[in-house]
Amino acid sequence: MRWLTSPATETQVTHGQRLWLYVLSVVIMILLVVPTLIVIPMSFSDSQYLEFPPETWSTRWYQNYFGSAEWMLATRTSLKVAFLTMLVATPIGVLAAYGLHASQVAFVRIAFVLLITPMMVPIVLIAVGAFYAYVKLQILYTVTGLVLAHTVLALPLVVIVTGAALKGYDMSQEQAARSLGAPRWRAFLTVTLPQIKFAVVTSALLSFLTSFDEVIVAMFISGGDNPTLTRNMFNALRDQIDPTIASISTIMVLVTTGAMVLAQVFGQQRK
Amino acid sequence: MQAADTPQRSYETPVPSGMNAAGLRRDARLERLKLFGLSSPALLLVLVILVIPVGWLFYVSFIGANGQFSLENYERMITRKSYARIFVTTFQVSLLTTGLCILIGYPLAYFLSQLPSRLASLCLITVLLPFWTSLLVRTYAWLVLLQKRGLVNDWGISLGLWEEPIKMVHNMTGTLIGMVHIMLPFLILPLYSTMKSINRDYMNAAANLGASPRRAFWNVFFPLSTPGLFAGSLMVFILCLGFFVTPAVLGGGRVIMVSMQIVSNIELFVNWGAASALGVVLLVLTMAILWIASRFLRLDQIAGGGH
Repeated sequence: MRWLTSPATETQVTHGQRLWLYVLSVVIMILLVVPTLIVIPMSFSDSQYLEFPPETWSTRWYQNYFGSAEWMLATRTSLKVAFLTMLVATPIGVLAAYGLHASQVAFVRIAFVLLITPMMVPIVLIAVGAFYAYVKLQILYTVTGLVLAHTVLALPLVVIVTGAALKGYDMSQEQAARSLGAPRWRAFLTVTLPQIKFAVVTSALLSFLTSFDEVIVAMFISGGDNPTLTRNMFNALRDQIDPTIASISTIMVLVTTGAMVLAQVFGQQRK
Repeated sequence: MQAADTPQRSYETPVPSGMNAAGLRRDARLERLKLFGLSSPALLLVLVILVIPVGWLFYVSFIGANGQFSLENYERMITRKSYARIFVTTFQVSLLTTGLCILIGYPLAYFLSQLPSRLASLCLITVLLPFWTSLLVRTYAWLVLLQKRGLVNDWGISLGLWEEPIKMVHNMTGTLIGMVHIMLPFLILPLYSTMKSINRDYMNAAANLGASPRRAFWNVFFPLSTPGLFAGSLMVFILCLGFFVTPAVLGGGRVIMVSMQIVSNIELFVNWGAASALGVVLLVLTMAILWIASRFLRLDQIAGGGH
């Protein structure tokens, strides 16, 4: 118990005196994590009310999910759209970040602000606007439309993450390559890109997740042959508490955690 | 790529004469414009998918039911009591959520900033895990936990804390619980990184000069942590103003926020004018708050703060 009376801070407060802080913090951390993870054991409950801990275990909600053509269609759409969003948002976002970083023209700041507006404009407004535009462009309820809208939402993340990596990168290396005769595109691909690749991979994963988790825009512009998983989940939540959603939630937690663990692993390598 | 090579020579060799210098400067300018052009696909996409449609909504908000220019969509917001209530609710929920996030998030961020870095990154996972988990999943989890026959009621009753199942969902309580849980990481992450960058020697100096621990905290540490607290709270408040999913699911129709009214104006009443006007007000409010904040903080700091 020496630890309790030893000083914890520069101001000589002891660990014992701030035990309350430790207890409080642990409680908050538990409250942060538990509601996130508790759906996993609950999804294996046999009960309609999803008891915890489950009295009888079963995989009936998973059977429900995998047996439903509707849920399977939504899952396929979501994965397809998220993957395509990643493939579109990453290259054009990286190009934009590079262009803004290297060009240093007067209106770079305005362009930067424009590129991060999707983060600042209330998402409902983006959704309603896209809905209207898509009716005119006749791409409502299409994969193309969903990918374009989700790309716009993912762009700020790509531009910020890649832009931050470029700030820490010494552009004179690229100039050295070019003075030795490499054209700019080649200097970028062989000298710059390998050094910012972790930021690019992180951007790609964030783009995937942005699309995969997005609800409100999908609510308006997905549907028909291409409903997303989140859209169907949201509609199901509004009606009644269908325990099938617990099994879908579990799968979503696994997908997103997997993607973020990948991002963390790549992020660690950079250091 | 020929033009792209030209200014490179200007970088390599000294500029020979005045006339050449002007030409080279022009080339360099052209080069910079070309580089800027690399951002055009992204800019074009934002323009077509976001700026133009939102601009159109702005226009529609000034068109009345008869197709003529009119302010009726805005007048409705002032004259109808139900609209006033929606704005009051929105601010209420946003302020309460931000306040609760500060009360809960500040101690945790402080605790995390004091830990040795290895332990801190382990504990940070508890903040990051909900941060990257789908908000729909977390909202659903709260719905299950807080329902009449849910875990919280079961445990509360079996521990003897209360006797009858309490209604904790489909009302303001449920909405706030869900919102606070979802918003906390947005407050904690920027706050934590600000606290982490505070030089510990300042606290040492304060103690050496005779300040009590409490005084050292409030006079030295707390003021230094305010930029992070401010950035985090702002982020939370702005996100709350436009929030939809959590109040729609956990509020059960009893907590109606601006974004929900926009959606029902379109889905139920197909009233684009009313929806647009509400959207414009929401956008203007958000931008005004961001603009005021940007006079104290750098905007990109806020944008980068949450990620």
